[in-house]
Amino acid sequence: MSLPVLLLENLLFRWPDQATACLEIAEFRVAAGEQVFIHGESGSGKSTLLNLIAGVLTPQQGNIAALGQPLSALSAAARDRFRVDHIGLIFQQFNLIPYLSVLDNVLLPCRFSARRSQRAGDPKQAAATLLQHLDLDAALWQRPASQLSVGQQQRVAAARALIGRPEIVIADEPTSALDAARQTAFLDLLQRECAAANAALLFVSHDLRLAEGFGRQVEMGQINRVAAT
Amino acid sequence: MTHLLPLALKSAWNRRYTLGLTLIAIALSVTLLLGIERVRQDARDSFAQAVSGTDLVVGARGSPMQLLLYAVFHLGEASNNLDWDSAQVLAAHPAVAWTIPLSLGDSHRGFPVLATTPAFFEQFRYGDKQSLALAQGKPFVGLFDVVLGAEVAQRLGYKLGDRVALTHGMEATAGTEHADKPFSVVGILARTGTPVDRTLHIGLEALEAIHLDWQGGAPIPGFAIPPELVKKFNLTPKSVTAVLVGLKTRAGVFAMQRWVASYRDEPLMAVLPGVALAQLWEMMAVAERTLLAISALVVVVSFAGLVAVVLAGLGERRRELAILRANGARPRDLFTLLALEGGAVTLAGALVGVLLLTVLTFALGPWLEAHYGLLLKMAAPGFEEMRLLGWVVLVGTLASLLPGYRAYRLSLADGLTPRV
Repeated sequence: MSLPVLLLENLLFRWPDQATACLEIAEFRVAAGEQVFIHGESGSGKSTLLNLIAGVLTPQQGNIAALGQPLSALSAAARDRFRVDHIGLIFQQFNLIPYLSVLDNVLLPCRFSARRSQRAGDPKQAAATLLQHLDLDAALWQRPASQLSVGQQQRVAAARALIGRPEIVIADEPTSALDAARQTAFLDLLQRECAAANAALLFVSHDLRLAEGFGRQVEMGQINRVAAT
Repeated sequence: MTHLLPLALKSAWNRRYTLGLTLIAIALSVTLLLGIERVRQDARDSFAQAVSGTDLVVGARGSPMQLLLYAVFHLGEASNNLDWDSAQVLAAHPAVAWTIPLSLGDSHRGFPVLATTPAFFEQFRYGDKQSLALAQGKPFVGLFDVVLGAEVAQRLGYKLGDRVALTHGMEATAGTEHADKPFSVVGILARTGTPVDRTLHIGLEALEAIHLDWQGGAPIPGFAIPPELVKKFNLTPKSVTAVLVGLKTRAGVFAMQRWVASYRDEPLMAVLPGVALAQLWEMMAVAERTLLAISALVVVVSFAGLVAVVLAGLGERRRELAILRANGARPRDLFTLLALEGGAVTLAGALVGVLLLTVLTFALGPWLEAHYGLLLKMAAPGFEEMRLLGWVVLVGTLASLLPGYRAYRLSLADGLTPRV
């Protein structure tokens, strides 16, 4: 078995101002290129989990290793760097910087990460390819992101998460602002592009209807002992 | 840093209206600050330039400052006169190289008239010991000859040969004109940047002549002496306002001062122009420091505005900061981004301020010189101005650290998901 891109062990996280733990995970691993659907009600610790994996929060106990690198061994600034080098992120909405053009938004990770920029080859060319794959018309590329529809914005965000082929893509409820028909279309595109880039996809949603296309489905309650009780 | 600059520029452009207004506020406050500094410097310079090479100003005993203001700058209250005899005794003193007697009191269309002797054109020095030069014509020779300062000639459009009527006193009111004895312009002085430019110069005898038929500041009713007859009278002045004295050696200046102070026939005093100027400047120092302090406060207020604008915008930009953070910006990058923005607005504001000041100096300079005799130099910012400008940019940049720090804290607290 190959090295997991993500490995969580004996994780315990508690918000500083709270007495009880918010997240307690014995073990959770994601293999390279694996597509995982994480389901959970709000308050089940999904956002906290994502912030931990992204290295924004640090656990009180336990280990998080991404690509074999224990995040706890890195300084805060190094975790920021590590995140942009290896993880693409898509959020529920408002993913884009409104005053930047579509193209500049997609190129944002390459601005901060030499690795992503290098892996993209020619970043502009890579951005163009991704935008084409995600059905965004070239006429839109120079427009400010604020002029796009929500569906278009989410696809731009997906292109940004994928540029420079990061090993992990985390999508936090990326389809909840879309209507049902567009949800499936967006999910198909995202899964296809992640597979093409061989990126592991962590797709977080409360909407079980979207779970079908995923090889692996995880209930937050299954991995988080706090939520289970 | 280099990858942040385009972002900072685009972000600032996105908020160009609020930032633009802030920039204008900063620019105006910088203009005010530097403008006051420049007027201060140039006023001091043109003050110090007004008289040079004169060792003593002698007049009736009173306030030294008042004597200097009146005799050199033709400003303020008239001081008491000193007797012509005393002036003669003074001129004959062995330590004295030359004297220039001065009489003031009349005017022409708001410009003061100085009655003096031809020695004025030879001995008077201004600036860096420069002597007066005639741009046109010659010094007065005839009784009703007048030599104009450069500003007088330019403002009133006079040329050689023009006829000029003087006014008794400084205010032009009906019945106080010496219209019966007009003067003709025989010379126009080159520009000096001193009060000389705004003065009309006539002979002491001429001043006597136009006042022959006057008494107590008004013409004697029913009694007029026509100009062609005045030469039949004794036109030696009875008194003068002040005497500028040049000594043979500067070393004798204090001895001469004591000699004047102990002069027996009437109470006199001798003032060292440099000392009196310094005293005068000391008096004005409080006012000018207050002005400078107020303008510094205006700058601080405009920076408070800058900080408020950037901080207020930060609330709306939390999402933007979180997006940047999710895409690899470190909290310290966000700090830099915000500090860079404030610093850039400050710098741009300062530059626009300097530009504005230059334009204003160019546009208002002639008017200021005409009305207030203030010669503003069209020069690059001097050392003192650069120092002020440096302070402005420093304070602005320091003030911008505040929004930067706030952005840093917010991005740490918000992580990837802004709580908006």
